[in-house]
Amino acid sequence: MTLASSARTRRRLTIRRRGMLPGFNLSLAIVTFYLSALVLIPIAVLTWRASAMPAAELWAAVSGPRARAAFALSLGAAGTAALVNALFGFIVAWVLVRYEFPGRSLLDTLVDLPFALPTAVAGIALTAIWAESGWVGRHLSAAGIQVAYTPIGVTVALIFVGLPFVVRTVEPVLRELDPVLEEAAAVLGASRLRTFLQVILPATAPALGTGFSLAFARALGEYGSVVFISGNMPLRTEIVPLLIVTRLEQFDYAGAIGIAAVMLLVSFVLLLLGNLLQAQRRRRHEGA
Amino acid sequence: MTGASPVHRLAPIAREPLAVRLLLTAVAVAFISLFVLLPLIMVFTCALADGAGPYWAALQSPETWSAIKLTLRVAAVVVPLNTLFGIAAAWLVARYDFVGRSVLVTLIDLPFSVSPVIAGLLFVLLFGKSGLLGSWLSAHQIQILFAVPGLMVATAFVTFAMVARELISVMEAQGPSEEEAALTLGASGWQVLRHVTLPKLRWSLLTGVILCNARAMGEFGAVSVVSGHIRGMTNTLPLHVEILFNEYNFVGAFAVATLLALLGLVTLLVKRLVHASGSRE
Repeated sequence: MTLASSARTRRRLTIRRRGMLPGFNLSLAIVTFYLSALVLIPIAVLTWRASAMPAAELWAAVSGPRARAAFALSLGAAGTAALVNALFGFIVAWVLVRYEFPGRSLLDTLVDLPFALPTAVAGIALTAIWAESGWVGRHLSAAGIQVAYTPIGVTVALIFVGLPFVVRTVEPVLRELDPVLEEAAAVLGASRLRTFLQVILPATAPALGTGFSLAFARALGEYGSVVFISGNMPLRTEIVPLLIVTRLEQFDYAGAIGIAAVMLLVSFVLLLLGNLLQAQRRRRHEGA
Repeated sequence: MTGASPVHRLAPIAREPLAVRLLLTAVAVAFISLFVLLPLIMVFTCALADGAGPYWAALQSPETWSAIKLTLRVAAVVVPLNTLFGIAAAWLVARYDFVGRSVLVTLIDLPFSVSPVIAGLLFVLLFGKSGLLGSWLSAHQIQILFAVPGLMVATAFVTFAMVARELISVMEAQGPSEEEAALTLGASGWQVLRHVTLPKLRWSLLTGVILCNARAMGEFGAVSVVSGHIRGMTNTLPLHVEILFNEYNFVGAFAVATLLALLGLVTLLVKRLVHASGSRE
């Protein structure tokens, strides 16, 4: 009786909750104004400029050999870097969640450094490390591998910027994984590898996918950490964001707008995909 | 952050063999050392390559000083604006249900997925000579592009939701009951905000602000596009690093870079401390 009546009260409160707090109009006004002025109107202007261009000109801007080479490099390097991060990021997350070892909290702090270290600083430091005379580059060039000023160098920089994304999306999922599941698998005679493949990996795969797409999206648009180590050679080590800058500096606005519109479209798709993955994960989580 | 959190312990039967554990730990440590720790050490080593004298000299050049002042000026405008927006956005998104709410949440996240270079391009198209507002601005002799306001706008774009993001997740988790209690007791909306909502949010507010600040001070791509690279006028610290590096003044470039690296380290440290005190409560 009391339970039923308190449930009824709560339901009444839930319905009224929407109108109870003041400030809806004011906060809506602030958010709408700031969002429109800073984000929506500028993006609308770019879209409008791109759509006002003749189709042939737009096509020429994105399909020339230089643009094609830049797109291939950006997609390839960002994809490779995100894959490397998915693999090693998973191992880092695993080690942070499961093992106790000296320096664990230092390792944990270092994972976030790419978020906090300005990209230009990372860029010059990576260049100094991987250049032919650098700490690591020296040994690699002795073996005939050149990293700086090649697509490998671009990938190295993109690994740096995307690193925290996979670790920080996989980590909480691993932490919430019920140890009982793994123990049950072991008791039932599954090997550790089989438990990993059939119990742990399926549970963490959506988070791994989200981490991969976040790292990939970030890497696609990255500029500061790449421009130093890439050497910026057209057709060889010129990433898409750099090509946009180059065209702007040559006052080739149509060329810059065309590529930027394609890039923007790609990042919107990635953003939506990431949101979908996350929503799916949440649903599965709530369903379980 | 997870430094203080306990390690997941499994029954011995479900644990990996010691060799596997050691191998995985070694791989993780090596990966982070190579890609994160080494660049950090490199910055300080290169800056001090010729000793402390040239290091201090590089930091005391007038151009470095004007870059420091400009960076501080930009952050002093951008961070409060994004904080105000963050509070309004969190209040709106976490406390009301309305049509288009999920669209709004996606739009708030949008600037994160836009390349910094494209962010810069957006404002070139808006404020540049051939841009939408270009002729009006030049008729009224207002300079935005290649000037300080341009740097501020571009920086505000790339750090747009950094405070909002922190606040929204925490405010959603906290729920509205305390605010509603204050209202029932006769508090006004502003009183609720000042005495109930903001005090409860103080740790995440602080985290959001320092992260936003670090990104604002360290932004390179967007600022590079709108700055016009005018020395002593529109050079922020990261742009100054680039110029010195391209002039083969490596000690100078890395000396200025140490300032930004320290900013990043302090940011991480504060974030960690804030998180520790936040989770103690």
